[in-house]
Amino acid sequence: MAEIKTPKGSPSIDMTPMVDLAFLLVTFFMLAATFRTDEPVEVSIPSSIGDKEIPEKTLVLVTVDKGGRIFFSCTGEEVRKKVVTQMAAKYKVPLSEDNIKEFVRITSIGCSMGELPQYLSLDGEGRKNYRKQDANFVGIPSDSMHNELKDWINFANREMLDYGKKMFEEESAKQGKGQAPLKPEDYKPKFVLKAAMDAEYVRVKTAIETFRDLNLNNLNFVTSQEAAAVVK
Amino acid sequence: MAELAQDDGGGKKGGKKRPKKGPARIDMTPMVDLGFLLLTFFVLTSTFAKPKVMSLAYPAKEPTDEPKKDDNKINNAITFIVSDDRVFYYKGEFYPEGNAKGKPATQLTETNFGPDGIRKLLIEENKFVLNKKVELDAKFQKKQIADSTRTNLLNEAKRDNKALKVLVKTDMKAKTRNFIDVIDELYIASVGVIAPVDIMNSEQALLDEALKK
Repeated sequence: MAEIKTPKGSPSIDMTPMVDLAFLLVTFFMLAATFRTDEPVEVSIPSSIGDKEIPEKTLVLVTVDKGGRIFFSCTGEEVRKKVVTQMAAKYKVPLSEDNIKEFVRITSIGCSMGELPQYLSLDGEGRKNYRKQDANFVGIPSDSMHNELKDWINFANREMLDYGKKMFEEESAKQGKGQAPLKPEDYKPKFVLKAAMDAEYVRVKTAIETFRDLNLNNLNFVTSQEAAAVVK
Repeated sequence: MAELAQDDGGGKKGGKKRPKKGPARIDMTPMVDLGFLLLTFFVLTSTFAKPKVMSLAYPAKEPTDEPKKDDNKINNAITFIVSDDRVFYYKGEFYPEGNAKGKPATQLTETNFGPDGIRKLLIEENKFVLNKKVELDAKFQKKQIADSTRTNLLNEAKRDNKALKVLVKTDMKAKTRNFIDVIDELYIASVGVIAPVDIMNSEQALLDEALKK
């Protein structure tokens, strides 16, 4: 009879399936995830049945936080660079190369043009806490006497139109014959308002009125989606 | 812990070293570590629930030198007045106390953001469009009409004279979520004509009165 030998030393476990699984999950998360951007402000958004995707290519975003402060952001490195340069020229604010680079890199900004060089020299954490305790701080000034938000939106809109057009032509040229033609509407600037649930509506209204003053009447509100209610 | 294959009980012939038989085992522990490290990183940094947007088309601002359009011609309208977590409405035109036309003065009725409040009211008032929608959906289900035709016909119904028009006014104390909630309910009830407008002084006075109650 053959004797069954008990193996000596520590037993070894075959880890191959575990590794397989781990890397499968890693691959899934890498491909499916979009990274959380480091916004200087976090807002809790209201919910609605709106089911449109947030536009990613040509986005002009105005954020209103809980305290009614206004922040501005837009997509596209080229656009951001041109917008900030024009703003600096208009308000005669000297911005260094580094400031402009930093502006292009980050997302939203929320300060007046005079404060911009100082704001841009802060790090992400510093921007988050920028004048946080100051109850009179309004973010980007947007009252009718001194409306910087209007200029931000206006410059962003103009640059975005050019940029979107260029992108549309480039991507259309790349497309094969069999594919559905791209829609030029998708490359027009989209105006998105991200307003905190608890923000006073009056503040949001100032932002809305600013858009409307520029004759930009199609606005989108960022909301988290809730299940569509069924109307009987 | 995973280990390299152990020696199988010493050599049989003297001290001669022989290449091992069978496949060589590799210690996978560092690889597993790395795998899970990456996994943790991606899980923590990623966002999945992408926020959606709800679009709202505002009417174009009229140039101030042009006379204001008389919007009192609307025959089926509701005006919502939103304050801090409270919502009031009145139907039809606004009549101040002792108006020239001799109509009774407008009274505000309070409602709520729940399903028994605004939603019930809007479904009741906007039956014309909702019935049309059910009809069109049924036709679409039976493949009698195309999806684009359905959308077009529904939009036409929404602009019809019989369809409900809604004005949304807010006072100084209104919160953003109140406004969004109202607009959301309007979309649920397929209201096509939505006009967010400024509150009138006379309405504000009425609202102040109602808020005290």
